Amino acid sequence: MKNKTLLIFRHEFLNTIKRKGFIIMTLIVPVLALIGIGVFHLVLTISGPPVVETTTIGYVDEAGGFDQYTTQGYIELVGFDTQDDATAALINDDVSEYFVIPSDYISSGVINRYTLERQLETPPAIATAIKNFLTSNLLADKVPLETIYRIEAPLDLVITRLTETGEVATEQGGYGNVIIPALFSLLLALSLMLFSSYLLQGLGEEKESRLIEVLLSSVSTRQLLVGKVLGLGTAGLVQVVIWLASMPLLLNLASSTFGGFFSTIQLPANFLVLGIVYFILGYSLFAALSAGTGAISPNAREGQQLSTIYTLLVFVPLWFSSLLFVFPNSPIWVVLTIFPVTAPIAVMLRLGVTGIAVWELAASLTVMVLSIILVMFLAIKIFRVYLLMYGKRPAWGEIIRNLRSG
Amino acid sequence: MLAVEVSHIVKSFADKVAVDNLSFSVAPGEMFGLIGPNGAGKTTTIRMMMDIIKPDSGEVSILGERLSEATKDRLGYLPEERGLYKKLGVIESIVYLASLKGVDRHSATEKANELLDKTGMLASKNKKIEELSRGMGQIIQFIVTIIHDPQLVILDEPFAGLDPVNTELLKGMLADLRDQGKAVILSTHQMNQVEELCDRVLMINNGQNVLYGNLSEIKSRYRGNSVLLDFKGELGKVPGVTAKRAHRGYTELMLDGKTTPQQVLAQLVNRGMAINRFEVATPSLNEIFLKEVGKKS
Repeated sequence: MKNKTLLIFRHEFLNTIKRKGFIIMTLIVPVLALIGIGVFHLVLTISGPPVVETTTIGYVDEAGGFDQYTTQGYIELVGFDTQDDATAALINDDVSEYFVIPSDYISSGVINRYTLERQLETPPAIATAIKNFLTSNLLADKVPLETIYRIEAPLDLVITRLTETGEVATEQGGYGNVIIPALFSLLLALSLMLFSSYLLQGLGEEKESRLIEVLLSSVSTRQLLVGKVLGLGTAGLVQVVIWLASMPLLLNLASSTFGGFFSTIQLPANFLVLGIVYFILGYSLFAALSAGTGAISPNAREGQQLSTIYTLLVFVPLWFSSLLFVFPNSPIWVVLTIFPVTAPIAVMLRLGVTGIAVWELAASLTVMVLSIILVMFLAIKIFRVYLLMYGKRPAWGEIIRNLRSG
Repeated sequence: MLAVEVSHIVKSFADKVAVDNLSFSVAPGEMFGLIGPNGAGKTTTIRMMMDIIKPDSGEVSILGERLSEATKDRLGYLPEERGLYKKLGVIESIVYLASLKGVDRHSATEKANELLDKTGMLASKNKKIEELSRGMGQIIQFIVTIIHDPQLVILDEPFAGLDPVNTELLKGMLADLRDQGKAVILSTHQMNQVEELCDRVLMINNGQNVLYGNLSEIKSRYRGNSVLLDFKGELGKVPGVTAKRAHRGYTELMLDGKTTPQQVLAQLVNRGMAINRFEVATPSLNEIFLKEVGKKS
């Protein structure tokens, strides 16, 4: 006799990879990236290097002595004798804005800026230009020109990360390191959501059509569940492996096409291995949760609604990802790394930003494995009791009672 | 060896007893009717036989043993409400579900073609399930139920939703199965189908045994004391007949307790009467059921 689990596995796997949703989702990532690189390349070829336009801004010097260094990068400064002249020039569109250096500037530091636009704050480029113009004029003839430049830009930080043995580390950190893990964790979250929804949908349909009774008259509950979970999981793994495998290739292509920032992008160490490990664990956990949800839901639609409770939790680390950059060592991240539902995404994100302590990773993996075993056990138990219940979803109290009585 | 032996099974759900101390057996080569109104406990009984749910107490033996994974390959089950994978093709659906019964792909495909041909559905073999009509889908499900040549076939309301042509087709195929020595259990609330097809019946109501045994024996047990007569001419007075009731196309004669229908027939023949129909009134299964249920309530 052929192994029935294998037959169900094969059926679920083949049916999943033939689904339109699966094919689109799997290919969309590499294809979109390729299109993106292509379009960028095309635009670059057609338009040539970007041309920077010069902006002219006016100023009225009531304090006196501010008449040198009127070219600050691409910003040109034009002096006016009176504020009325400056206002007229602004209205005529001769200058895009102007500022007034009041006579008490040295003691007060106040600069009055006039513009026609409504702004939240002064654009940084303008502010820097004004600041450098003032600094240069204040220091003119008092210190050498080089010193003026150094005062304007006192540091250019170059960071080198050393290993514990004092050598230069292969992984240097920075934003280049974050891009891929961040992108991958978003995809991982979508993939986990997609596959738990496939599982729920499949179970819901079989329940609604009563096909589940025909299946259970041929195979055991365990064979059915294991076959389904493995079949869908393998399809998911295929998807994730395609994404992961395409990343280094795309990265090479992007860095050779654009250079610059793209050439600083790198994959964190262990990223590929941990990406696959956390997909498998995350998927197993979600599969078990979905099997339980599928069992207590009368149809696919209600199952999907119920599953939002845990599928939304997957996205929690992504919501807080901006906090990770500001407070990378906050205890919240330790919690999100160890809490099983948020762990896969939290780990992927942190891997790119700060790395994760070995004990945290060990704790995270242990808690995940334990919760998978626990949820699987409960799901199989619940599955048998509620699989043939059609119509109304049982109350939570009843489910707990039934779990206790076994 | 009996195909099915159920003894004293009980199953309660939260608010009611669905099956209450039922016992029955089904032999190979027998068509057995499990009858009762909606909600009588028929489907629950079947699910316990299929090991989909466990009885609170009592024993179920299928093909001489407790239902195991190996026994599952030797039985076919058509549940009451039906469906298949909508997006899957006809032949793929049949072959997949047959493979779960231990049939290899090659034999399953061969047998599927044969059965599709027999049911006149060969032209639809490459269609998707969702393209089929409800009746056609049901025929496919029936094919799935019997494709692995099961020793025991359990059908829950198999005729519901079928047109007269397909109903006859199904009846013919069921009779073939019985003639091949398979045990067939028909669960239905359509008593006329059972009357036509089954050898023995179990009638249940509120989860309890109402009637159990050979169908013709049961019917003779409930036979009334009257005959149905369609004749030409004047009937006049017939000795032993206490009352006459005219129906459309025939007259019902009520007999006293001592006269047999055969004596009445002899008298009428002796009179030289033109008789088109003479029949000992036998109540239908439906009437017997209503009488029994009425008695209990």
